[in-house]
Amino acid sequence: MIRIRRAHVLVAALAAALCVPAAGISSGNGLPTSIGKGEGQLNLIAWEGYTQPQWVKPFEKATGCQVNAKYAGSSDEMVTLMRQGGGSQYDGVSASGDASLRLIYGHDVQPVNPNLIPDWKNFIPALKSPPHNTVKGVHYGISLQWGPNTLLYNTKLVKPAPTSWSVIYSPKYKGKVTVPDNPIQIADAALYLSKSQPSLGITDPYELTQTQFNAAINLLKQQKPLIKKYWALASDEIDLFKNGGVVVGAAWPYQTNTLIAAKVPVKDLIPKEGATGWADTWMMSAHVKHPNCMYKWMAWVSTPKVQAEQAIYFGETPANPLACPIMNKLSPGSAAQYHCGASAKYFDSIKFWKTPVATCDNGKNECMDYTKWQQAWTQLKG
Amino acid sequence: MAASLDSAQGLSRQPPGRPARAARLRLSGLFWRHPWAKALLLLAPPLLAFILVYLASLVALFVSSFWTVNPFTTELQHIWNVDNYKTLWDSSAYRTIAVRTIGIAAAVTIADAVIAFPLGYFMARVAGGRSRAFVFVAVLLPLWSSYLIRVYIWRLILDDKGVLNWTLQKVGLPAANIGYSNWAVWLIFTYVWLPFMILPVYGALERIPESFLEASRDLGAGGITTFRRVVLPLALPGVIAGSIFTFSLTLGDYVTPLLAGGASSQFIGNVVYDTIGSNNVPFAAAFAAVPLAVMGVYLLIARKLGAFEAL
Repeated sequence: MIRIRRAHVLVAALAAALCVPAAGISSGNGLPTSIGKGEGQLNLIAWEGYTQPQWVKPFEKATGCQVNAKYAGSSDEMVTLMRQGGGSQYDGVSASGDASLRLIYGHDVQPVNPNLIPDWKNFIPALKSPPHNTVKGVHYGISLQWGPNTLLYNTKLVKPAPTSWSVIYSPKYKGKVTVPDNPIQIADAALYLSKSQPSLGITDPYELTQTQFNAAINLLKQQKPLIKKYWALASDEIDLFKNGGVVVGAAWPYQTNTLIAAKVPVKDLIPKEGATGWADTWMMSAHVKHPNCMYKWMAWVSTPKVQAEQAIYFGETPANPLACPIMNKLSPGSAAQYHCGASAKYFDSIKFWKTPVATCDNGKNECMDYTKWQQAWTQLKG
Repeated sequence: MAASLDSAQGLSRQPPGRPARAARLRLSGLFWRHPWAKALLLLAPPLLAFILVYLASLVALFVSSFWTVNPFTTELQHIWNVDNYKTLWDSSAYRTIAVRTIGIAAAVTIADAVIAFPLGYFMARVAGGRSRAFVFVAVLLPLWSSYLIRVYIWRLILDDKGVLNWTLQKVGLPAANIGYSNWAVWLIFTYVWLPFMILPVYGALERIPESFLEASRDLGAGGITTFRRVVLPLALPGVIAGSIFTFSLTLGDYVTPLLAGGASSQFIGNVVYDTIGSNNVPFAAAFAAVPLAVMGVYLLIARKLGAFEAL
């Protein structure tokens, strides 16, 4: 497996090197050293809320690159879209960690030169070359934003206030629990087990041996009768908390913001076991048609102002800490609310989404790959 | 062969100087002598579209169900095997999902038939011109609004804090709490597909001659006997025809279970949608073949019962 993957990287790098003349002057390592004139168009795949007119309009005006964005609803969908039509339909994608490695090893994206992004050197150290977008020192994209998957609860109906994920696994709130309808939710169960059952020896919730995996699935099977509904869309969860009789669940900060705005008494927290989370990366297609516009876009969304605007709009944390004062200016207190410029300790407490692969960290081929996660999830829901 | 012979003869009879008209006459003569040629010409475009668009995609679906994907990069691999079907067969979860889908589709069909029969009977036999038109509009009106909106409205009705529980509470009954459950799915499907059952049932009932009912009465049969021995057998093909719609529409749907279902409400369509979303097209194709097979069997039975005469 390892040998094959190395070969894949080589092929990807070679393919990328062949593409380079399109993107300005090539340097020794095959990456462009300057950004040329924009091509006038830019086709992106993004999470909903990532290409708001608020920062897209000024970008179009400044660069002349017309942005055409398609929203994707899941990481799986992003991977599908990036491969559609031979992969040349879209220039870039805002991939989360559970999609980025699949795109890299599937050679759907190509290496980029981070030195062309002026704000990259201001990023928090952990997001300059994170393992979910940098393989063997080669950068396959520029980090964007990150955030935790939080525990959301109704402050009137859940008492005492929860401090642990155990609340969504305990029968106390039977029929009033909701969790995301997503195979990556298995990692949440594994994270909880890593603390509640240390004997299982789970160190990374995305690298599970058969025994650890079975334990996580068993926990989720016990949880199933407690679940009102597995939510597929953020709006579903919002409805469930508003009218559906749900009082506690796994959520994103976005749902909390929306519910509080609708005067529903809710609060969220990162429980003591820690949380899973997402860290998104703008990646450039291996068959990019508008490379200069893509580089200009990655530079644009890394600037403090755009980082702050997006963080507040979506409810997430900017990779660029220079955005924190601007966040407070736009919405007082928002920097602290979204942990802008948070310590490395806080960052490390979040286990970021990544694609589960068969090869564990110790090199042994005994971990459960993502197909197994998907099948287990479908069968769990039954 | 026959056609070329005809045109050769036609050529010799052609009046000089009017070639265009002659050609037209020859052509219409040809079609008159060979009605099948006219039918073929009329049917060729839709038939071609049917073969290309429908049958070809079905074949492509079936073929791809014997392929597989790379577990990590999820790229398609053209390796022939029957693993997808084996997984379907071996896993109790997929069996449960298939049984649930078929079961709810059957329950929806029965509920629709029970509701549609009296309504269709009223429209065909009892109602006068104006009230019939009114009922027609009432039946068809929901079809004018978006399917999605209707499902969302039902979700609001069935929610824990929805209209249904509110009403039950007002009249002193315990809350139903059937929001986000298989009951909700069944109820919504029954509502959404009802017009597709009413119309063929109405059609079948309307075609029963009044004289049959009179004859039955003259021969001393009471209302129940007339219904059981005259009306029901004659209307049955209409019910079966309607059931083809309600059953197949429910069988292939995934939106209602997704939006209104609970923790255990997956349909075959939901699994297909999820697996395609995760790039495992071959497995999705294999599972999608199940409703196809079920529908095939169902149509064979329906034909035996004479449903196609009522369509």
